[in-house]
Amino acid sequence: MIEVRGLIKRYGDKVAVNDLSFDVEPGHVTGFLGPNGAGKTTTMRLILGLDYPDAGTVKVDGRQYAHLAYPMREVGALLDAKAVHGGRSAYNHLLCLAQTNNLPKRRVGEVLELVGLTEVARKRTKGFSLGMGQRLGIAATLLGDPAVLMFDEPVNGLDPEGILWIRNLMKTLAAEGRTVFVSSHLMSEMENTADHLIVIGRGSLLADCTMEEFIARSSGQTVRVRTPQPDVLAKAVSETAASTGAAATRAGGAATATANADDSLTVHGLTSDQVGDLAFEHGVRLHELTVVRASLEEAFMELTADSVEYRAGHGPGTEPGPDDKPVADGTASGQPAVEDSYRVEGRI
Amino acid sequence: MAAMTQTEPALSALPPATGRAGFGGTLRSELTKIRSVRSTYWTLLVLLAVSVGIGAAITGGTAANWSHMAPQDRATFDPTQASVAGLFYLGQLVIVVLGAMTLTAEYSTGMIRTSLTAMPRRLVIYVSKILIFAVVALVVTFVAAFISFFVGQSLLASTHDTATLSQPNVLRAVVGSALYVTMCGLLAFAIGAILRHTAGTITTVIGLLFVIPILAHLLPQSWYQDLERWLPDAAGRSLSVTVGPQPPHLFSPWTQFTVFAVYTVVLLVIGGVLFRNRDA
Repeated sequence: MIEVRGLIKRYGDKVAVNDLSFDVEPGHVTGFLGPNGAGKTTTMRLILGLDYPDAGTVKVDGRQYAHLAYPMREVGALLDAKAVHGGRSAYNHLLCLAQTNNLPKRRVGEVLELVGLTEVARKRTKGFSLGMGQRLGIAATLLGDPAVLMFDEPVNGLDPEGILWIRNLMKTLAAEGRTVFVSSHLMSEMENTADHLIVIGRGSLLADCTMEEFIARSSGQTVRVRTPQPDVLAKAVSETAASTGAAATRAGGAATATANADDSLTVHGLTSDQVGDLAFEHGVRLHELTVVRASLEEAFMELTADSVEYRAGHGPGTEPGPDDKPVADGTASGQPAVEDSYRVEGRI
Repeated sequence: MAAMTQTEPALSALPPATGRAGFGGTLRSELTKIRSVRSTYWTLLVLLAVSVGIGAAITGGTAANWSHMAPQDRATFDPTQASVAGLFYLGQLVIVVLGAMTLTAEYSTGMIRTSLTAMPRRLVIYVSKILIFAVVALVVTFVAAFISFFVGQSLLASTHDTATLSQPNVLRAVVGSALYVTMCGLLAFAIGAILRHTAGTITTVIGLLFVIPILAHLLPQSWYQDLERWLPDAAGRSLSVTVGPQPPHLFSPWTQFTVFAVYTVVLLVIGGVLFRNRDA
């Protein structure tokens, strides 16, 4: 359990983390998402006490990190796999960490075995590949059998086998009831791993919700309708929009129906329930009613579109837009950042 | 690599935790760190080699040249100082590198973030590093000092102008040179904690120990005489003299050493405060 409350961190006059509050619960993999420069690493450093916040508190299992009796028994953190002395062997690297927390020596051999580095245990780590370094970093996090695990961009630069391995490991650790907090700037990495999402942009919280809520609440959700009477339904949709106004629609924008080339309709701004009811009321026969979900990547890009720190063609430091509000309070909207061709049906 | 795809943790249970992580574990950890990198051994080997080697070159050269030396040169020749001169002038440089790297290498590799995550009570790490480095440096500089002394005296045997440890000031000069060189290493450690950068630290320490004394010589004579006893390197020059009068304008050897020690401790405290309070 990690509790972050009102966290603020400035570097000079740049605000890296801006009044951030969230909980990371045990038993789930919690994805920590945001574009590059959003403040993910800074937040993790603040949780671990590597940096000091300008305001706010962080508690891990109810205590400040620096006050944990045996930090490695409670938190395993991998911020940067390259943060090792290259002249030291893998075994000695883990040994010197284990010793600080009075962990038994045999754990070193065991975690090396677990991550598959036993054969290179006595080799100096400067010769390690990126993947081997990542495995060594993960071995270090497991030394103290901690209840809380934090990984910062753990799959960066890994081959597919390594990515799969880390994903499975994180799921296994969460299934054992541990708190798993993993950051990424790519939604696609989280899709198959995370149950819960915390999304930040420019140091501020944009979303704190389950994966399903995240997709459902994104304005990219549309309903695909196939009917022999498309004109009637399209008219009904626009009349609904006119009569009830924007307030009744899910995303706060006007409901619209657009005809597709294959004689189907795409309805924006209404749920499938609403479209079905509308068709029934107007006596329109339906042959298909499908919720077309935005892919997570799309929903994520849409959400963070206004908070991307560095973007081609724009100078850094564009002002945050009015849409920089948490999705969780149900008011966020914004124009879809990508075209429909990116949409993937029925994907959660 | 079948083991790599295994995800079921097959780890044995940890013994129940009692107490909290503190100095005991961190001291063991820092000892592991210093003994598990080759650069430590290379550095200490170089220290021994230059100390004994330069001392032997000076004493051996003097012995070979003894019959051609003027009587007053023979009278002022200091066999103890000559034998430990290698440790003094070059060993000092080597220990400065090791002292600086003890902390700055953790910053250059990024290891510091891993270390502070494992042990977030920063002053425990800071003090442990100082203690482990000081013990290693003391052992090696004492060994270097005594080997240099005995090798030097045996090479000077033909001159019949040799020192023994029981003669006045000789033991002080041998032990003092080891202590002085160790203190130089601690000074480098402190500057390293303040600057967190290896090259900057070594440059600064060499500036303090070698360049400032040279620049001070350029001052008007009377100014220099007032200033000299406050220079960091004066302790070394004062401690190592066994023949003839003490250098004028300096404190007595151990007082002079105390001046240097106070500088070092003040810088160690500043370094410790910064180490604890700065973002890592």
